[in-house]
Amino acid sequence: MIEIRFHGRGGQGSVTAAEILAKAAFKDGKYVQAFPFFGVERRGAPVMAFTRIDEKPIDLRYQIYNPDYVLVLDDGLMNVVDVFSGIKDNTEVIINIPEEYKGTGEHNIYSIDATGIALDLLGRNIVNTIILGYFAKKTQAVSIESLVEVIKETFPGKIGELNAEATRKAYEMG
Amino acid sequence: MIREVMTANKAVAEAARLAKPQVIPVYPITPQTTISEYLAQYVADEKIDAKYVKVESEHSAISAALGASATGVRVFTATSSQGLMLMHEILFAAAGMRTPFVLADANRAISAPLNIWNDQQDSIAQRDAGWLQIYVENAQEALDATLMAYKISENPNVLLPSMVCLDGFILTHTVEPVEIPTQESVDEFLPPYNAEHAFLDPKSPMSIGNLADPDYYLEARHDMQVAMDNSVEVIQKTCDEFAEIFGRKYGLIEPYKTEDAEIIFVAMGSLCSTIRVIVDQLRNKGEKVGLLKIRAYRPFPVEAIDEAVKNCDKLAVIDKNISFGIGGALYTDIKAKIHKEAYGFIAGLGGRDITPESILEVYEKTKNVPEKEVTWIGLKEE
Repeated sequence: MIEIRFHGRGGQGSVTAAEILAKAAFKDGKYVQAFPFFGVERRGAPVMAFTRIDEKPIDLRYQIYNPDYVLVLDDGLMNVVDVFSGIKDNTEVIINIPEEYKGTGEHNIYSIDATGIALDLLGRNIVNTIILGYFAKKTQAVSIESLVEVIKETFPGKIGELNAEATRKAYEMG
Repeated sequence: MIREVMTANKAVAEAARLAKPQVIPVYPITPQTTISEYLAQYVADEKIDAKYVKVESEHSAISAALGASATGVRVFTATSSQGLMLMHEILFAAAGMRTPFVLADANRAISAPLNIWNDQQDSIAQRDAGWLQIYVENAQEALDATLMAYKISENPNVLLPSMVCLDGFILTHTVEPVEIPTQESVDEFLPPYNAEHAFLDPKSPMSIGNLADPDYYLEARHDMQVAMDNSVEVIQKTCDEFAEIFGRKYGLIEPYKTEDAEIIFVAMGSLCSTIRVIVDQLRNKGEKVGLLKIRAYRPFPVEAIDEAVKNCDKLAVIDKNISFGIGGALYTDIKAKIHKEAYGFIAGLGGRDITPESILEVYEKTKNVPEKEVTWIGLKEE
């Protein structure tokens, strides 16, 4: 089983990203589970969401404390939230950040300028699907085909098309 | 039949759609809200041919549900926590008037202090209302139990309303794969409600819920006890019929590796999933341990529980509720009816996460005999 934790801000689509990832992995034939950090969501406040993916039915029903992957949708959060909390030696952390992350070298960290792609292709700073594209390439935990399909189902019409294009671009950068 | 990734709230709404209710009075409350939203959407999209009654409170929602059910139509409603508290008065009336509708409760803690997170205090507080209560473990079971609830409640030997209890957030806001049955197969399992005891016919008016003086009241209440006793067999029979059509097996209880177990966990709802994983881990280390999942809390399936725990030494009962001054409700019921060494554990109140460590702590304490009959798990010292 792999466990993924998303860090974002209320309104950035962390919960949607966790659900899109689950639905895409389900399309790949996996068993999945996704849930928000339970509670009240406020726009702009730090939020978390979680996804579990496995080859067999998932029977764990508690929060994820030791994730295999951490996806940070907003590097500004790192001043207020410990995104490295509970990570293991082999945990991989993907951060949306304009330039290469220059923090501690102890962790397996990947930097991607998802905001740059979002502003370029979508015209607004919504990076939740884009970071999934990069994640898909880096980890092979989900196929880009399923990811794109679910993105188009989740956002019908032009928005879905644009998001899919941005996600593919991030995939190619992975 | 299709398989889709969805929350338990959506699974419940799908079940309600497939059951074809004619009246749906609902008032939104966290974490039930999306059930009310999905149903409003289904009615607007004409996926359900039902009257969606917009009400100003939960007291009105349940009153409208009772009134509609008394005209002889199928009714669905849903609520949570303080909403269920506000329904309390009418819950008793609905059972007493023998209106067999279904209510989904998104289990959530009760104020004060204000808390929107999961425990099972809200439905446990309605224990004596005369409703059947089924606690579900996952989104699929939420859908299946809602469908079965109609068939059980509408059985002429039962005619009591049913509450399907699903853990708030842990189930209501978690997406996972769910199999949605076809309308044809649901129609085969659940034919339209044919009310014979309470219905609206202007040519032959009737009135129900009247004054019953001391000459009659005792018998009316006794009839409810008989109906609740009857429901034990009806639940099992309905589960068997469900399994024949849909392939998924349920019962009053669900024993897991209990046959040779020395210690058996007893619990209700989503918590049972994690416990099952821990049972497997402990078994791998040679510990003889099992799980008894209680699906039907009312009626309390004493015979089935007795049979499932007959070989064990000790029971570790985990409650997500507290009856102050005595202990968890499930624990006290087990103590009253099951003649086994049993210990109670209070856990997860107000959404405190129940982790594998919490469950292992319950196991270790039970094995070594806890200091107290009822132990609170995860309590901070200061």
